[in-house]
Amino acid sequence: MNTNMKRRLFLKASLAAGTVGMAVGAGLLIPGTVLAARNTAAFGAENVGDALKAGMGSDAVTDSPEVKIEGPDNPENGAAVPVEVTTTLTGVESIALLVEKNVKPLCGVFYPGKRMKPGLSIRVKVGESSDIIAVVKTADKLYSARKSVKVTIGGCG
Amino acid sequence: MASKSIKLKAKAENGETTVKALIKHPMETGRRKDKESGELVPAHYIEEVVCSYQGEPLLTSELGPTISKNPFLSFKFTGGAAGETVELSWKDNKGGSESATATIK
Repeated sequence: MNTNMKRRLFLKASLAAGTVGMAVGAGLLIPGTVLAARNTAAFGAENVGDALKAGMGSDAVTDSPEVKIEGPDNPENGAAVPVEVTTTLTGVESIALLVEKNVKPLCGVFYPGKRMKPGLSIRVKVGESSDIIAVVKTADKLYSARKSVKVTIGGCG
Repeated sequence: MASKSIKLKAKAENGETTVKALIKHPMETGRRKDKESGELVPAHYIEEVVCSYQGEPLLTSELGPTISKNPFLSFKFTGGAAGETVELSWKDNKGGSESATATIK
């Protein structure tokens, strides 16, 4: 939690600096300077609980109807399964996407800025039929929703 | 700011803007075997994607190799008008990076 907060602060600070750079010229955002060290513990975790602890600060998640995850029930090919996460929660700090039965469940963590409507669409790989879990972090708690998908061809090579 | 690997589109409608991005990238997990040599194909995937609107951060994301090959990402934000710009850049685990700018339609 503590390191996560620091990361967020660092992120804000460096993004602010980036804005100045923009004014100067084609400074644009270079991702490497924006995020602190990659959270290898979370991405290397081999089960959902560990991934959440490392990536979101806790594995205590509450299922919530305010988080929605949509995708095909039976996508056949697991190499690219489109999923859409939406939420009506406010004060969203981050959104994590996990595929429960993948060898490394964590697919991605998204940090929405102030303007962004929390929610996104992306395509993920699903190794075998599994639940896809969306976890939304607000200031106080983690909320989640899950969606079960059946794949006939695994997508993790 | 033309980019070979990024297709970025943004459309403003009813006070909000939809951003769609398609990035060309192999997204190798490091677990797949080459069919001919039988050797593992080394991991090569995008780790970070950053998107901003007129320089203001919109979305920062950390990705893992379980995102599909040629990642597609779409989201919405409030505000935005035709003629303004959105920017997107990515960085992968081998140090590669690219960025693109799109004008909102």
